Amino acid sequence: MEGVVFFIAAIGAVVGAIGVVAARNPFYSVLALIAHLFSLAVLFLLLTSAFVAAAQVVVYAGAVMVLYVFVVAYVGDAHEAKWDPVPGQRLFAGLLAFFLFVEISAAILSSGLKALSTHGPDVPAGFGDPAAIGNLLLERFLVPFEASSLLLLIAAVGAIVLANRKPRETQPTTPPVGAAK
Amino acid sequence: MNISWYIVLSALLFTIGAIGILVRRSPMVILLCLELMLNAGNLALVAFSREVGNAQGQVFALVVMVVAACEVVVGLGLIVAIFRRKLPLDVDELRELRG
Repeated sequence: MEGVVFFIAAIGAVVGAIGVVAARNPFYSVLALIAHLFSLAVLFLLLTSAFVAAAQVVVYAGAVMVLYVFVVAYVGDAHEAKWDPVPGQRLFAGLLAFFLFVEISAAILSSGLKALSTHGPDVPAGFGDPAAIGNLLLERFLVPFEASSLLLLIAAVGAIVLANRKPRETQPTTPPVGAAK
Repeated sequence: MNISWYIVLSALLFTIGAIGILVRRSPMVILLCLELMLNAGNLALVAFSREVGNAQGQVFALVVMVVAACEVVVGLGLIVAIFRRKLPLDVDELRELRG
């Protein structure tokens, strides 16, 4: 039963990822990424990490993807060139990715970690639920927790500063008289 | 399911994201492919956390999610700034910093 769910979720994740890369319209890329994130949440549930799965669905597939949808709607469809500016770019990218996949898989599977070929140890019933993760976050990892909240604040302020700055010298026609540079 | 299945799946997803970053030209799709790679890393972290039987790896995955959210916010802010300056949204055209 677990294997069936794993393969369904894995196929969903891979198809979603390929959809992100292959879709011409960025809006479809965002939708494919949402499907990919839901499949990943199912995989996290299979790995008995309920809180990470919930955060994945609520924060990632909910909030972050809404931000993407807004920006795609604001910027519109970017017209990508169908041809490669560098000849053979796609061929070389595919080759490199294939070798990267083989290399990562070989490096991990030949690493001699014996627990890799097991299901993992038996864990207590509350493994990975919000209570356990909350205890870890607020006791053992309090400083990284606060540091990440500070990072979020800085990123929010930085995004406002970046996106809100008035463009200068972009319209050569009719500059406002006496405008300071 | 063996943990190694999850790890190989994570490597495959990471590779697909890397193909996207190498092939696509729109900065928005490149950010999306970056999300793919970060999520593949998250899957590996959670799988290793399950392998060890220790929930600390899941905390690491949550921190990765926070960093990914920050990266998205700043990246989308940059894209909006590029768009408002009426510059082309194409990483092959935006080459002024290349020297």
